[in-house]
Amino acid sequence: MNLFVDALNWILDPANYVGPGGIPVRLIEHLGFTLVAVSLAALIAVPIGFLIGHTGRGRGLAVAVSGGLRAIPTLGLLTLVALWVGIGLGAPYVALTILAIPPILAGAYSGFEVIDRAVIDSARSVGMSEAQIVRTVEVPLGLPLLIAGIRSATLQVVATATLAAYVADFGLGRFLFAGLKTRDYAEMLGGSLLVILLALTLEGIFTVVQRLVVPRGVAAGRPPVDRSRSARPGPGMDPAITKGTH
Amino acid sequence: MIEFRSVSKQFPDGTLAVDDFSLTLPSHQTTVLVGSSGSGKTTLLRMINRMVDPSAGTIEIDGSDIAALEPVKLRRSIGYVMQNSGLLPHRTVIDNVATVPLLRGVPRKTARTEALSLLDTVGLDRTLADRYPSQLSGGQQQRVGVARGLAVNPNILLMDEPFGAVDPIVRAELQQELIRLQSELGKTVVFVTHDIEEAFLLGDQVVILRDGGRIAQVGSPSDILSNPADDFVASFVGADRGKRALHVERRGGSDILVDTEGRLAGVLVAPTGPEASPDHRAPQ
Repeated sequence: MNLFVDALNWILDPANYVGPGGIPVRLIEHLGFTLVAVSLAALIAVPIGFLIGHTGRGRGLAVAVSGGLRAIPTLGLLTLVALWVGIGLGAPYVALTILAIPPILAGAYSGFEVIDRAVIDSARSVGMSEAQIVRTVEVPLGLPLLIAGIRSATLQVVATATLAAYVADFGLGRFLFAGLKTRDYAEMLGGSLLVILLALTLEGIFTVVQRLVVPRGVAAGRPPVDRSRSARPGPGMDPAITKGTH
Repeated sequence: MIEFRSVSKQFPDGTLAVDDFSLTLPSHQTTVLVGSSGSGKTTLLRMINRMVDPSAGTIEIDGSDIAALEPVKLRRSIGYVMQNSGLLPHRTVIDNVATVPLLRGVPRKTARTEALSLLDTVGLDRTLADRYPSQLSGGQQQRVGVARGLAVNPNILLMDEPFGAVDPIVRAELQQELIRLQSELGKTVVFVTHDIEEAFLLGDQVVILRDGGRIAQVGSPSDILSNPADDFVASFVGADRGKRALHVERRGGSDILVDTEGRLAGVLVAPTGPEASPDHRAPQ
């Protein structure tokens, strides 16, 4: 318990809030790093995921590759890339972008896959082009699952981004590694708590965003109106799609 | 006029869905394709708007081969109504109806006004315009589907078992509604169903299909009923089981119609409608 109090004291100590190695700077570094890594991963994974989801082709390959990527130990990959590109931020960016790709890829294609085939078939039948089907039907209806994937990726990256400090003077991980080296366990625990706090904050934001992107008409769905004569359940979506990928 | 000329369709998995099918579908009339599952009726329907392309043969609309037309453009000129309405769940009723006009570049305001008047046409209250499909009953959704099919004022309306998923009471209502609409609009309607009663009710021309899209008989409902081409047709329309051969029996003071198996089919009444004089109207 003492250690915990020491950690809180460390967090609250004004001395730790100044200078280039202070908490605010580290926090912003950490957050910025996470955003860039997740954005890079999204840039790669979203178009591929949409393509797989729209065409229905290459899913097996995507699952295999994602599984493979997930199985890579991030610290190992980080060290390997660092040996190759050298000390600095290059290696962490590569390693964590790779870490973030599988959940985003899965979110992107499964978002398309859960859409009722009849909805897409009818969109095509009335004369929507493939691009219009993707833009106006599949993307809006698949968005909740894509966001769930990005959320999951962000959580993994923000937690694992502490490793960036292993090869660079960067981010909240600095406190962990510095604390470990100097046996300053209050600093170590304090740094960990800050990472947890950041992760929880991002979770909170994503929870709200995920709710906001569920299209009206899919989310609302069931107000008390005359559904008495409905011979079938409402079209398309059920609440299951708003669940995460895990 | 839609013409099928020796059309065949073999799917990549080897299934021969349609085998050498030829038929002319006259303009401004309703042609019903009826058959059990596997008869290729939906495949035939989907060939008309190039959702399926034939492996052999040609299809012409008013004399021009549709293989030469751009599929997306062709589809935008043909109304399409499917089972389970196929409405976009994230768009309101009015936006669903206006989908195709907007794709064709009709200004938003015009499209909206026209969509509202289409709701009147299909018998939907305008207050439903801003609801989402999931907030409507099955019958209402089908009406929206029909309104969407009519939105570009197409000459041809394709209907793929549009009333298959609603309960019998709503189905009967929608069928009457379609008959009314068709008498006002005079579209070339191609209607697919597995229900022979529905086919006889709606069709000017009824096409009974066997497996592989082979035509068992083409004709008006009365032609087919009075002269079934073979045992298959007779069995399909129920003539072989005596369901269609009725005689009158006098029971309890009224004339009862009975089929050969003794099943009660209805009562004999004087015709109603404009040509029937009020004096002869049957007591309820």
